[in-house]
Amino acid sequence: MQVKGNVFKYGDNVDTDVIIPARYLNTSDAAVLAEHCMEDIDINFTDRVKKGDIIVAGKNFGCGSSREHAPLAIKTAGISVVIASTFARIFYRNAINIGLPILECPEAVADIDDGDQVEVDFTAGRITNITKGRTYQAQPFPEFMQALISAGGLVNYLSKQ
Amino acid sequence: MGMTMTQKILAAHAGLDRVKAGQLIMVNIDLVLGNDVTTPVAIQEFSKIGKAKVFDKEKVAIVPDHFTPNKDIKAAQQCKLIREFALDQEIEHYFEVGEMGIEHALIPEQGLVVPGDVVIGADSHTCTYGALGAFSTGVGSTDMACAMAAGQCWFRVPGAIKFVLNGKPGKWVSGKDIILHIIGKIGVDGALYRSMEFDGDGLKYLSMDSRFTMANMVIEAGAKNGIFPVDEQIIAYVKNHSNKEFTVFKSDKDAEYEEIYNINLNEIRPTVAFPHLPENTRTIDEVGSVALDQVVIGSCTNGRIEDLRVAAGILKGKKVHKGLRVIVFPATQKIYLKALREGLIEALVEAGAVVSTPTCGPCLGGHMGILAKGEKALATTNRNFVGRMGHPESEVYLASPAVAAASALTGRITNPEDIVEEGVGNASKR
Repeated sequence: MQVKGNVFKYGDNVDTDVIIPARYLNTSDAAVLAEHCMEDIDINFTDRVKKGDIIVAGKNFGCGSSREHAPLAIKTAGISVVIASTFARIFYRNAINIGLPILECPEAVADIDDGDQVEVDFTAGRITNITKGRTYQAQPFPEFMQALISAGGLVNYLSKQ
Repeated sequence: MGMTMTQKILAAHAGLDRVKAGQLIMVNIDLVLGNDVTTPVAIQEFSKIGKAKVFDKEKVAIVPDHFTPNKDIKAAQQCKLIREFALDQEIEHYFEVGEMGIEHALIPEQGLVVPGDVVIGADSHTCTYGALGAFSTGVGSTDMACAMAAGQCWFRVPGAIKFVLNGKPGKWVSGKDIILHIIGKIGVDGALYRSMEFDGDGLKYLSMDSRFTMANMVIEAGAKNGIFPVDEQIIAYVKNHSNKEFTVFKSDKDAEYEEIYNINLNEIRPTVAFPHLPENTRTIDEVGSVALDQVVIGSCTNGRIEDLRVAAGILKGKKVHKGLRVIVFPATQKIYLKALREGLIEALVEAGAVVSTPTCGPCLGGHMGILAKGEKALATTNRNFVGRMGHPESEVYLASPAVAAASALTGRITNPEDIVEEGVGNASKR
């Protein structure tokens, strides 16, 4: 299971209010949420993002609210994986539960720049920076996690079991 | 090695004698909670699971509090969806406008949580009930859906940090100042994935309302839960609000703590978190001159009766600063009524504040007090992220009800000591 895309790089403590501002939470329509993804931190994000692109950020990504709308907006906007130094715990659960791949890899975060082209092999846990010609090792995804992501989230995965 | 009280509660709900930090366990849930933002997504997921009914209609609570009374058509549709679900599922603890309140003030008031319980809620501030010696934590909508179906949720058993609070806090120092001080010390991810356990002789000086405020904000340090040892105050509160039987769990003497902080409460000053993170704290003596456009007093963090008493006590017989907008929102209908009967609402309105029905509205930039570009608000709420209360270029400062009320009189961030003890305009001395 592999993905490849261009990197959108952000700093530490990217909170759920900037990922999807509460003023849009009067809907749970994922397509509408995706239109406003990252709006308060990067107004050009939705114009520039292409399917398969990758978010790389510092520590405590997704801190704040429990809104599952946050990983849902990121996933629906086309992001294939979020790589961060650490994730806030509710975001971590929510991302896995809705089938948004996430990886913790401080080494990759330190080296990858905005706009780099990056490839991720989930089975091997390998992150390749094509632009810089370097690789970084993260924890590989166990098989069930890959199946869960392919199914589109926990509930879909469980109902297929 | 012994267990912390959090670990003991989780073990008991997993049918295990012992657990240790890092262990993955499946836990039985005593209460599953959702609101009008998170429940619609949970209902979508619940319907995919294919279970006709929730696991126990008495163990699910749904509180439409974020965009209620309905702020627009989309919010009205969301609320209609959850109302119909609650009716169809015969959810016992569904609270309509008129009987509702902000969920984390309402649920303890209704006696739905008692010591030793395990509670999950699709709202990050579900951690509030740690003030009652329960394990409670925020989750997302999918976890809420699965728990409504199965009555269970998986957890990684958390390690713990202990905060030993000693000494007596000063007159204008409340739970809000203590928790802001702690977050300032350890950072917004200082307790990531872990429990924050409060202990020490100083606890006896902290009211239940102060403890609710402290447990409420442990999420702002990244914690999984916050928890207080069950003492006489907690038992009195619970007996006053609930008929449920409960079990008291105590941390073992040899329980493992990854870190222990000793905090002297008499050294803590009124504290303010500057934009845009709760960890950007300064004592009231270090704030400088910050002019405000709005003051907000309320929320799941500080909308309880004691908070309103403090605010009304400072504002009574005085006028809010000309041009400043002061919005007070009691957290529940019961608190509202109590404040009304005690004359607090009258004092607040006469001072020039507006008093809103219970709602999360302004705290998350939903409605009832949104900020324009460049505006500054001081709020007794819990988050000051970019855009939290409105325009991405607005600013939020977090503080206690006492600091908020003092600031309401001057139009800039103000030490309550200066207002009450020395009169307005004499702000330089203490």
